Amino acid sequence: MSDTRRHETLIDALGAELVPVRRLRPPWLRMLGWLALVAVVAVLLFAHFGDAPMLRRWTGAPDLAWAAIGAVLTAIAAAWAAFTLAVPGRSRAWAWLPLPPALLWIAASGLGCLRTWLVPDTSIATLHQSADCLVFIIGFSIPLSGVLVWLLRRACPLRPVLTAVLVGLASAAASASLLEICHPYDAAATDLLTHALAVLIVVGANAAMGGRLLSRH
Amino acid sequence: MTADGSVVLDGGLPPRRDRRTAVSVERASASEQADRQRAAWMAAAQAGDRRAYERVLADSVALVRAVARRHGVSTDALDDVVQETLITIHRVRHTYDPTRSYDAWLSAIAGRRAIDSLRSHGRHERRELHDELALEQHPDRDDASADAERRQQARRLREAIAQLPPGQREAVEQLGLREQSLAEASAQTGRNAGALKVNLHRALKALRGRLHGEP
Repeated sequence: MSDTRRHETLIDALGAELVPVRRLRPPWLRMLGWLALVAVVAVLLFAHFGDAPMLRRWTGAPDLAWAAIGAVLTAIAAAWAAFTLAVPGRSRAWAWLPLPPALLWIAASGLGCLRTWLVPDTSIATLHQSADCLVFIIGFSIPLSGVLVWLLRRACPLRPVLTAVLVGLASAAASASLLEICHPYDAAATDLLTHALAVLIVVGANAAMGGRLLSRH
Repeated sequence: MTADGSVVLDGGLPPRRDRRTAVSVERASASEQADRQRAAWMAAAQAGDRRAYERVLADSVALVRAVARRHGVSTDALDDVVQETLITIHRVRHTYDPTRSYDAWLSAIAGRRAIDSLRSHGRHERRELHDELALEQHPDRDDASADAERRQQARRLREAIAQLPPGQREAVEQLGLREQSLAEASAQTGRNAGALKVNLHRALKALRGRLHGEP
């Protein structure tokens, strides 16, 4: 069969199978859908722990507040970038969107470690308590990543590994933001390193597994 | 005649650079118009318009070939990239946003399929390279003796096929020797495709055992 004929036959077969489709919603709207899920978890945590301890910590040391804002913005930016990159034809430059908030998050967290005084009502997390933070971030990241991957599979991520890295960053940053609600510890090098390790594990696991899950197209 | 010696043929025409700009602007606007047309067809296709769908797919073929060529896909593999891209378009047509460029959307998909094709060809070529090495390391003996050996092998194969149970022999003859498709062989023998596949599998195993002494 000649190639032109082969293409005509295929086009004919695809035309015969054509059914109306529901168009994919814009990336920012899909991102808001995922954020709504994170917000529900945040409301539940606030209902349990209250917002007073967190606000007291923030007033005591604004760097903690900046770090939390950085984490929230990183989650938003990474999720938005992941949803955008999952649409064919969108610029790869979107992948850089989470960089500025991530820098804010890292810088403010690092700055906290340089303080020589302790924020009132807090302590320095012991190694055991830091391990709890690790479990919290990874534990929350698993369902959040799962939902993101599930949502992204409805799109067409042509760069699956890059998208999966953003999925990991979004869910790890969202989990770290949720942790802030119930994290009665001041910034310290060990705590910061544990958080960084948790984020790296989540991003790495997503890049390794999420990439494969997203590459069905 | 101008100062640099060139002849001005038509003083009425705008300077050459301007004309070139005008042509490229015209070309750009023509391609933008074609893009908009394809976008409108795809939007209609998303709503279920078959005619618009077939037109946009047919119109996409040349563009896919151009993208694949730009990625370095060889001429004989271009049409496979076209086929793969058309199938992907069908599967992900809901991801197209009609407010954006259709060509950019299509090029991204075609580019991905082109890279997939290059990768699979790369793997194939690496395998071929191994075969070449094997050939170099095991050169043919003189033609007459190689020919005699081939004839002997063919005779042994024919005998081995003849000794197969009837169902297995039939599967080898229809699928292996006459190169019929499963559907054709199934129609001719009256057996279902599953039974033919099982028979072929068993036959090949038996033949391997007889010819190479494998279990």
